[in-house]
Amino acid sequence: MVENGIGASLRRKEDNRFLTGKGNYTDDINRPGQTHAYLLRSPHAHATINSIEIAAAKSAPGVVAVFVGQDLVADAVGGLVCGASVTGKGGEVNKAPPRNVLTMDKARFVGDPIAVVIAETLAQAKDGAELIAVDYTELPSVVSTSGADAPGAPQLHEECPDNVALDWELGDKAAVDAAFASAAKTASVDLINNRMVTNPMEPRAAVGEYNSGTDEITLYVTSQNPHVHRLVMSAFMNIAPEHKFRVVAPDVGGGFGSKIFTYNEEAICAWAAKKINRPVKWTADRSEAFLSDAHGRDHVTTAEMALDADGKFLAMRVSSKGNMGAYLQLFSVSIPTLFHGFLLAGQYTTPVIYLEMRCVMTNTAPVDAARGAGRPEATYLLERLVDVSALEMGLDPAEIRRRNFIKAEQMPYQTPVVQCYDSGDYDASLDKVLANADYDGFAARKAEAKGRGKLRGIGLSAYIEACGVAPSAAVGSLGVGVGLWESAQVRFNPTGGVTVFTGTHSHGQGHETAFAQLVTERLGVPVENVEVVHGDTDKGQFGMGTYGSRSLPVGGVAIVNACDKIIAKGKKIAAHTLEASEDDIEFGEGNFTVAGTDKTMSIAEVAFTAYVPHNYPEGVEPGLDEIAFFDPLNFSFPAGAHVCEIEIDPDTGTLEIVNYTAVDDFGVLVNPMIVEGQVHGGLAHGIGQALLEGCVYDDDSGQLITGSFQDYCMPRADNLPSFNVDYAPTVPIHNPLGVKGCGEAGAIAAPPAVINAIVNALGIKHLDMPATAEKVWRAAQAAG
Amino acid sequence: MYDFNYHTASSLDDAVAKLGAAEDGTVMAGGQTLIPVLKQRLANPTDVVDLSGIAGLSGISASGDSVTIGAMTRHADVANSSDVPAALCAVAEGIGDAQVRNLGTLGGSIANNDPAADYPAALLGLGATITTNQRDIAADDFFTGLFETALNEGEIIKSVTFPNATKAAYVKFPNPASRYALVGVFVAQAADGVRVAVTGATDCVRRGPKLEAALSANWSVDALDGITIPTENLNSDIHASAEYRAHLIVVMAKRAVAAAG
Repeated sequence: MVENGIGASLRRKEDNRFLTGKGNYTDDINRPGQTHAYLLRSPHAHATINSIEIAAAKSAPGVVAVFVGQDLVADAVGGLVCGASVTGKGGEVNKAPPRNVLTMDKARFVGDPIAVVIAETLAQAKDGAELIAVDYTELPSVVSTSGADAPGAPQLHEECPDNVALDWELGDKAAVDAAFASAAKTASVDLINNRMVTNPMEPRAAVGEYNSGTDEITLYVTSQNPHVHRLVMSAFMNIAPEHKFRVVAPDVGGGFGSKIFTYNEEAICAWAAKKINRPVKWTADRSEAFLSDAHGRDHVTTAEMALDADGKFLAMRVSSKGNMGAYLQLFSVSIPTLFHGFLLAGQYTTPVIYLEMRCVMTNTAPVDAARGAGRPEATYLLERLVDVSALEMGLDPAEIRRRNFIKAEQMPYQTPVVQCYDSGDYDASLDKVLANADYDGFAARKAEAKGRGKLRGIGLSAYIEACGVAPSAAVGSLGVGVGLWESAQVRFNPTGGVTVFTGTHSHGQGHETAFAQLVTERLGVPVENVEVVHGDTDKGQFGMGTYGSRSLPVGGVAIVNACDKIIAKGKKIAAHTLEASEDDIEFGEGNFTVAGTDKTMSIAEVAFTAYVPHNYPEGVEPGLDEIAFFDPLNFSFPAGAHVCEIEIDPDTGTLEIVNYTAVDDFGVLVNPMIVEGQVHGGLAHGIGQALLEGCVYDDDSGQLITGSFQDYCMPRADNLPSFNVDYAPTVPIHNPLGVKGCGEAGAIAAPPAVINAIVNALGIKHLDMPATAEKVWRAAQAAG
Repeated sequence: MYDFNYHTASSLDDAVAKLGAAEDGTVMAGGQTLIPVLKQRLANPTDVVDLSGIAGLSGISASGDSVTIGAMTRHADVANSSDVPAALCAVAEGIGDAQVRNLGTLGGSIANNDPAADYPAALLGLGATITTNQRDIAADDFFTGLFETALNEGEIIKSVTFPNATKAAYVKFPNPASRYALVGVFVAQAADGVRVAVTGATDCVRRGPKLEAALSANWSVDALDGITIPTENLNSDIHASAEYRAHLIVVMAKRAVAAAG
């Protein structure tokens, strides 16, 4: 047993610097001669730009340069790209309307960047921006998901008639319709998956710097995937060739998906740094973050279930619209389609499923992946529909789930919606969570609460997600423009310390600790002798970054594979030194030993020998530094069951989560403390969506109403209970480490569990998120 | 933030003089509203006159039948004062967060007259008197509208005197996001009668005549049963409709009466 290896709840190595103010975030970076950029953004949701007058701004005090869209186009800077090409109905691939870095023809949402002012100070840049005169002709706007494709709705892009970017379907419609026609019972629910602003604690920021001596551009940027940033900006935006372009994502204060994408401001900082030959810095304030970060979710859905007389699911039919915002971001249409539709089977044996998803454009900020990305939307509609089905059938919500679960012995299980689950025991998770939550004792607690004038409710959700994104061939065949393998380099230094270069990026996940534990486990090196490096395209090999709970299931495997290469080479060196056959060398707990003898040398000694190869095996290269790339064979399928118990004050509609019990199957836990933290964070995210958060644009003006924390309600500690977290692991057959990923689970599981608890308390069929006090109060009034 | 001239005033007369000399001047008390507004470029004063250096503007003094609180007294000092009645301490304790309470002031809060602020409810509910460098103003005459008060040009608040009440309490229903009052109700029973002040629900703090009438006749929670508040003139926004606010006014009033004992 290796100390501090897999399974140790080691305190996070990175926390020393984070908790003592020694983190190094993008806004902490200041380069000599630095200038400051400020973006002039459209105040209108939809307007034609007739002219932009910048002369006064250019001559304002401290202003170094003012650029408009045409300046970038003249320098052959490409627009922002949509990286997904998803094939919809009739074999038609999604539309991809062009987006210039600074819009030139029209402004399409409040916050659409029009011009950039670069000045000696930020205040001077802002002053300069006030001198820019833009002549707009205001146009009618549309912000609503359901109304975007209505006849006569204002049109955003000529490439997207009726504002439709993609009409997508999945499944056998005829078979589903036939099952509904002959079903003993059907259930139906209309629901909204509310729009979210992910709001990382650190707003987006970028610092561009150009070295005229080497003709290299460096971009410091808040990114979840610096190599992808470099690739996109190089290949599609023509900022600089990759070998002359360094992208550094230093400490990043949270991403939740919104920092995957390449943004206008980042391209501007990189391009303008060369253009003016001075570093250019931009940092979003919170108001800009609300306006310009990619938002998440925003679906309007009708979901139906066909059941037999025993409550077995016969077919599911879903009709949905997903709001894409004003432009297609990097993943965009792939989220409401591939990452949503493929999870609609959930934990159930529903034999046929049909989904039609219409991706619509509106005069709102772009919508893209946000923690869970499609999977929370799938889980929410499914787990709500299952509860509505239970209501229709007169079955307990736990019982209807059990009757329809895929059984452990059916694994691997091919669903009707593409995914093939490799492992899972859904009955085990449910049984455990019901026991941990004392589900059977609920009736007594409800009665006791009634005596205090409170309405108590309990709600379940049984979720599955597809993580560890992703097998490159699989996603490539579906229209994702990249491979989703991961890379690692494990480098022994001559004195025995280990530096690990990962292609993933840590922005709160604790990789520096968990990945070091992997190396300690595999190589027996003390964990304090392992340093994990990430986030700099000049330091590490190409990697795809962090999202979709992929870093451990994909990136972690790359690390241990590189470790195995180290061991294999080390055996050759040890065999030579110990004068034994390579086949007789065994490796364990950091030592190479000749089997059956006490002849041994430590891996540190092997490393030293590799770098000082005076007495060295013939044909073996010096050095001990190995690289591995890992392309997963399948997604991983974390799953679990959560129970939420709430009490409502019927006088005001306020509610308290009195118990929240989670049982998750994440496979092997590398650092259980970090996993528990991820679960807590995910639950806060999911509970926030269910109760508090909701991004609102004004229907008439298209203005963002929830543009600050005064109006957009993030969850706080006093909104949340103390979570009861437990695990019911199973072994994934495709993952060499036995891990599944845990970062998104809470955000996926919590919304339906919370809403199911509320409707249970009120005895109603449905209530849309966020379940604000007023909504709950009104529902309580109506329910009597 | 736009550039402006920053002044520290050494006395109220000095502050008035500096304001008078400014093209478009404003005073700053604790700065907990003004500074965020300046940072967002929502205001562009030529001059800011800081009152924090003026001696004698902060402090709490209790007499037999009232307590007087200096305009520059921080919320935290009111919350923690043993000379201040419990209901007023509770109001101060519930304002903003610890940082705001350590810098924000009584005078700054009431001069700003935010429609969702807490202190105005306490002043109106207790029938306080506002003393300025020019005159005394009854709370009933002070709060005139949305971010509007009876203060004249160059008039600066010196202190507020709160008469003691027999019973008093303040209960608010916080906006989940901002934690300002969606509805806050201050109830007080004193020798000269019952007063009820409602904040958060209208253009600025207002008295609740229906609630006062019911509680004057019978100071009890039950006395408020069946009262309906008309929705006209009530605020309506994404956080609460007028109808919901009307309902909350009665619920918060009941809870305040229960808390007051």
